[in-house]
Amino acid sequence: MTATDQLLFQGADWDFRTLQKICDTCEQVACDELGLDVYPNQIEVITAEQMLDAYSSVGMPLFYKHWSFGKHFAFQEASYRKGLMGLAYEIVINSSPCISYLMEENTATMQTLVIAHAAFGHNHFFKNNYLFKQWTDADGILDYLEFAKRYVAHCEDRHGRQAVEHTLDAAHALMSHGIDRYPGKKSLDLRAEEKRAGRRRAHEEAAFNDLWRTVPGGKVKSSAILDVERRRQMLGLPQENLLYFLEKTAPRLRPWQRELLRIVRHIAQYFYPQSQTKVMNEGTATYVHYRIMSRLHQQGRLTDGNFLEFLQSHTNVVFQPEFDDPRYSGFNPYALGFAMMQDIERIVTDPDAEDREWFPDIAGKGDAMAVLRDIWANYRDESFISQFMSPRLMRHFRLFHLHDDPEERAGILVDAIHNERGYRRLRRELARQYDVGFIDPNIEVVDVDLAGDRRLMLRHTVVKGAQLTETDTKRVLQHLADLWSYDVSLVESDASGTVLKEYVAHPRSAAAAA
Amino acid sequence: MAIHIVDRRLNPGSKSLENRQRFLRRAKALVQGAVKKSSQERDIKDVLEGGEVSVPIDGMDEPRFRREGGTRDMVLPGNKKFIEGDMLPRPNQSGGKGRGAGEGDSEDTFRFVLSRDEFVDLFLDDLELPDLAKRKLAEVECEGIRRAGYSTSGSPANISISRTVSRALARRVALRRPRPEELAALEAELEDCSEARRVEVLAEIEALKAKIKRIPFIDPIDIRYRRFETVPKPVAQAVMFCLMDVSGSMTEHMKDLAKRFYMLLYVFLKRRYRHVEIVFIRHTDRAEEVDEQTFFYGPASGGTLVSSALQAMHDIVRTRFRPEDWNIYAAQASDGDNSYADGEVASRLLTDKILPVSQFFAYLEVGQENGLSYEMPNSALWTLYEGLRANGAPLSMRKVNERSEIFPVFHDLFQRRSQQERNAS
Repeated sequence: MTATDQLLFQGADWDFRTLQKICDTCEQVACDELGLDVYPNQIEVITAEQMLDAYSSVGMPLFYKHWSFGKHFAFQEASYRKGLMGLAYEIVINSSPCISYLMEENTATMQTLVIAHAAFGHNHFFKNNYLFKQWTDADGILDYLEFAKRYVAHCEDRHGRQAVEHTLDAAHALMSHGIDRYPGKKSLDLRAEEKRAGRRRAHEEAAFNDLWRTVPGGKVKSSAILDVERRRQMLGLPQENLLYFLEKTAPRLRPWQRELLRIVRHIAQYFYPQSQTKVMNEGTATYVHYRIMSRLHQQGRLTDGNFLEFLQSHTNVVFQPEFDDPRYSGFNPYALGFAMMQDIERIVTDPDAEDREWFPDIAGKGDAMAVLRDIWANYRDESFISQFMSPRLMRHFRLFHLHDDPEERAGILVDAIHNERGYRRLRRELARQYDVGFIDPNIEVVDVDLAGDRRLMLRHTVVKGAQLTETDTKRVLQHLADLWSYDVSLVESDASGTVLKEYVAHPRSAAAAA
Repeated sequence: MAIHIVDRRLNPGSKSLENRQRFLRRAKALVQGAVKKSSQERDIKDVLEGGEVSVPIDGMDEPRFRREGGTRDMVLPGNKKFIEGDMLPRPNQSGGKGRGAGEGDSEDTFRFVLSRDEFVDLFLDDLELPDLAKRKLAEVECEGIRRAGYSTSGSPANISISRTVSRALARRVALRRPRPEELAALEAELEDCSEARRVEVLAEIEALKAKIKRIPFIDPIDIRYRRFETVPKPVAQAVMFCLMDVSGSMTEHMKDLAKRFYMLLYVFLKRRYRHVEIVFIRHTDRAEEVDEQTFFYGPASGGTLVSSALQAMHDIVRTRFRPEDWNIYAAQASDGDNSYADGEVASRLLTDKILPVSQFFAYLEVGQENGLSYEMPNSALWTLYEGLRANGAPLSMRKVNERSEIFPVFHDLFQRRSQQERNAS
């Protein structure tokens, strides 16, 4: 066999046969040599315009209609046209089959890179990581989105676009607080969801009897006899999933509005694991594409030129500017993730004394892929960094920790640097930056004044003195009050219980009537 | 494991169009303001080109619970000289957050590109056609039919013979239907050949005949019918008369003002009617129909008789534009000069002949640059038209001196208003 027979392609051009060949070869390396376990792949070639489309509907192939997506599209289109923004080479969707979108402009090398990265790296992570297993239903998501789209359109027909838009606006404002952070009793089954909504609607229609409206209701039990504790327990308080709480208990919502809240909540939940595993997810995908590409080159399936082209984009992807660089905008998840994966590989195969001391469990185990696969399955960013960030890597990145206390006049304190005294503290702080518990403000429903004016009471527990921004908070509370249809109050208090600030919002009459 | 590769490039694009329209609808008031503002800065020519507008983000934002302030802890890469316990001076208020503030600015106003159609729609959105007798006609469309290729089914009357025959020929060639010449040749051979050969030839002839029978000359699958489809046929057509005084007293500036007004009128009518014709009539003491170039730039001199132009318009209407079929719009621009003797004739022409058949007649009095119109005594023509108006003639008239006034005046003339207002004006 001559060298040219082995090559996947030459030059930059590709056709669909080449893509097929690339996929098959990548699959050999990924599944046989790296032992990856992936969902079936579906690869879709799209144009730049379609990529922009996908951007504005959060990367999903189909989504319900809402003006905010149009706004994002207009914004992205404007910056793309001006050349301020490049487009991603790919988008990959956590579904089964796992859909990867490839841009048609990519060269053959880029397509190989992207297939290795998305169709095998991300795909393996989606299928195996515990968070994704727990919180997302890859088999059902596309059907569920299809259902959501149809349902929203259906609601618009029945109840008017305005009313639907109001509800969705409000739900979107609360989206980041529509997530269950602790696993429930049963796992999510989006297909059953869809059937449930259909059944509910059918039941409503079948059971509708206008006579019942005129029947006098039974005597309502005096709410005074329900003591506070019992009431709170019945309402499931305190509750941090605001959308869930509203869906279940808001007194005047129509059934379809509850269903809309539920849809938004499910979608927020679907994306929840992604926000917790950015570093790991990208790290995994980058590590996988690096391994696959290197192997292909080694096997003589990529020319040196193509391999250099790959290395150049790879280097750009994993570039981490330093803090005083104008390009710096936080940690690059690709860089951090890839560096950690490589570091772990090194610890497993070729540890030094320091590694043996820090990582007795994995140092020198020999089978890097087995260790990595285990890590990919069982960690999220926060736990991953707090356990596997090695002193060597901290020295490599020359990490340091700044503690900025506005009360401190003298300036910002350098609290820890990459030395013996600082390693553990650095690692703890860095891990905390990736802890979703700290990223989103902690807001809970604490009580409802059932005896009085049905005011909904929320509390924001202030951590480290960071309070809510006023304008935004007022707007969100307005939406919340519109859904609740009675007053809503929000109290900001610190850990000791001191009240720092209080907001009250009243429902707008129009929305209450809707 | 099978990998599916799908080519989505040919899928219908602009999945976001619907979302975009929703966004524009929601931001309508804001975008409209921005469109007006950006149109002031442009030439009329480019005014309808679409392009970038910026809209204040306020009101279009999507609020979230967000935090700020408090003590912050950061882990950063790239330490060069710091050691534990160092106190770094706080950067100036804007220093550390400098980039953040810059991003904030661009977030305050939200810039995006409108397509030409979107721009024109918004630009003309609060304008409407003058509500006159033929309004209904203006919007009604009737169905017409037009040829649209061929189909395999249809009524016998629509059989396309040439298409059918050519398809039949193609099929016969493709299936190798024996030609009559072959048969004739064999039959000729049959006349004089040996006995042994005879049997062969007979068999061959039989085979050919059978084949000819199997492959018909015209098969039902060859038949094609002419296909027609119905298309909306515009009844809505408008003609726009541009009347202009080109006597010596009209300066370039005045002509420019008039031109701008005509352009706006044209664009506006174009949005409302499928088909808009323009007739240019220029006049001094004689009127003539000219092309656009001559109209605006051709030299002319002479006195001023408005009635000549009105007469010309009337003649053209009578010969070419039946009022039943056409919506007639006229816009007259002049500096207001007219010979006094002409007043009587002009007003009779207007009230008796022209106004009854027109949807809209606007008179635009153009003045000198920097001229203060209200200090000038009313011109002859203005006085004449004002008299007609007072007697109830549906005339619209405005004075314009500056380029910047053109759009407001135009806007004012076509503004959507309530019935009472309309009666009053």
